[in-house]
Amino acid sequence: MNDLKNLKTEEYFLSMGPQHPSTHGVLRLILKLDGEIVTGATPDIGYLHRGLEKIAENRAYIQIIPFTDRLDYLSSMSGNLAFVLTVEKLAGIAPPPRAEYIRVIMAELNRLASHLIWLGTFSLDLGAVTPFLYCFREREKILDLFEMITGSRLTYNYMRIGGVAADLSAQFIKDAAAFIQDFKFRVAEYEALLTQNPIFLARTKNVGIIKADKAIAYGLTGPMLRASGISRDNRRDFPYAIYDKLSFDIPAGTVGDCWDRYAVRVREMRESAKIVEQALSGLPEGNFKTKVPLSLKPPAGESYAPVESPRGEIGFYLVSNGTAKPYRLKIRTPSFCNLSIISHVIKGWKVADVVAILGTFDVVLGEIDR
Amino acid sequence: MTEEKKISREELLATGENIKAQYNFLVFITAVDYPERNVIGMVYHLRSLGNRDTLIIKIDLPREKPEIASVAGIWPAAEWHEREVFDLFGVNFLGHPDLRRILLPPDWEGSPLRKDYTKPGVIKRPETIK
Repeated sequence: MNDLKNLKTEEYFLSMGPQHPSTHGVLRLILKLDGEIVTGATPDIGYLHRGLEKIAENRAYIQIIPFTDRLDYLSSMSGNLAFVLTVEKLAGIAPPPRAEYIRVIMAELNRLASHLIWLGTFSLDLGAVTPFLYCFREREKILDLFEMITGSRLTYNYMRIGGVAADLSAQFIKDAAAFIQDFKFRVAEYEALLTQNPIFLARTKNVGIIKADKAIAYGLTGPMLRASGISRDNRRDFPYAIYDKLSFDIPAGTVGDCWDRYAVRVREMRESAKIVEQALSGLPEGNFKTKVPLSLKPPAGESYAPVESPRGEIGFYLVSNGTAKPYRLKIRTPSFCNLSIISHVIKGWKVADVVAILGTFDVVLGEIDR
Repeated sequence: MTEEKKISREELLATGENIKAQYNFLVFITAVDYPERNVIGMVYHLRSLGNRDTLIIKIDLPREKPEIASVAGIWPAAEWHEREVFDLFGVNFLGHPDLRRILLPPDWEGSPLRKDYTKPGVIKRPETIK
């Protein structure tokens, strides 16, 4: 027994990632540990840096759209949409009404797919396997819908400056409406598995709290900000496409813990389903694209048009000098800003809680590293 | 409503302290390189979460020695944005709590987003990853 008293303890460093299933990509967290408690953390990013901002300076505007797919690859439609809106704002192009509706339908279906991946992998992180299977079952149907129109299942390259690449078919409209009808009951299924599950509550309630003032100070956006009780959503605050014609709620949390971030995203899924339903029923006839010159030369100037992606505010700060290529394209991505708070949030929690907290951040490394 | 303001670099900290109560949300910080004017233009995109106003602050820095005070003490979100501008443009932020490269490896040479940057022929493998 005396020997135990003489044992020395010391803090040590644990490198979590870049190859680790619960960092959801190539994120590396250098954790400083006292036993199992995190006393400090240094995120290490950049493993996926492809220099998209530099590449964009040597591409025509239409050639940049496929690169925006590869930022937030779980919701390519939002990246596409943010970029084309920015160029349209600068060049003064107005897409036809049908294209605006199609954009909203696609963006919201993509939000559902993205939130479903998040819900599935997050519950998997916490040890619940069943929701993962349920979520991927529904996501598969959304990907089938996307494949029908765009031909691809992950990187769609679908939005165009002045409209969209292809019109919606009658089959798509029928299938999408049927899917949304079905989906409303599916959300209740996920909630039955998790929302009041005692194990789930023990892992998420009051874990990793982000206070509202901290959330604003660190520039958080999207569900992360709303879970802390700040009701801010670009779809309502800076309406683009046809969001000002649709009725939907902006769910917000109160405490800012992991459970709130979960609840906000689940409620958002219900709202997105409502939006798709309204947009499908209001879909006007007409053109899906206006004629835009292939080598578009927007006037010299700059523009920024923020879009609400499933993770928060994605925006392109575009500086043009009047040529066919952007002079500078800065990409403001939500995951980058959301992740910057991580070392303050996980301090004092156990390593197992780091997995839960990071899970609710819902980061996509493709858009952090660009 | 969007407002644009052009100030000098000495005024930045005082301006920031004055407006931080209203413009409480930092959307992003970035830079644009203008070699023909011999200037690196800093862009601070701020927003008021109360009434949704936008304020864009622009500051010109000399290209040879781009230095500016860090605003990480006013808007903590600036910490990572400034590291990114330091990494890709080589702008030095005075008083920044932890100014290191963020996206590129620590031993990378040059500032890739400057217009005169030339692609290195051979990319060195980093010897130690800290």
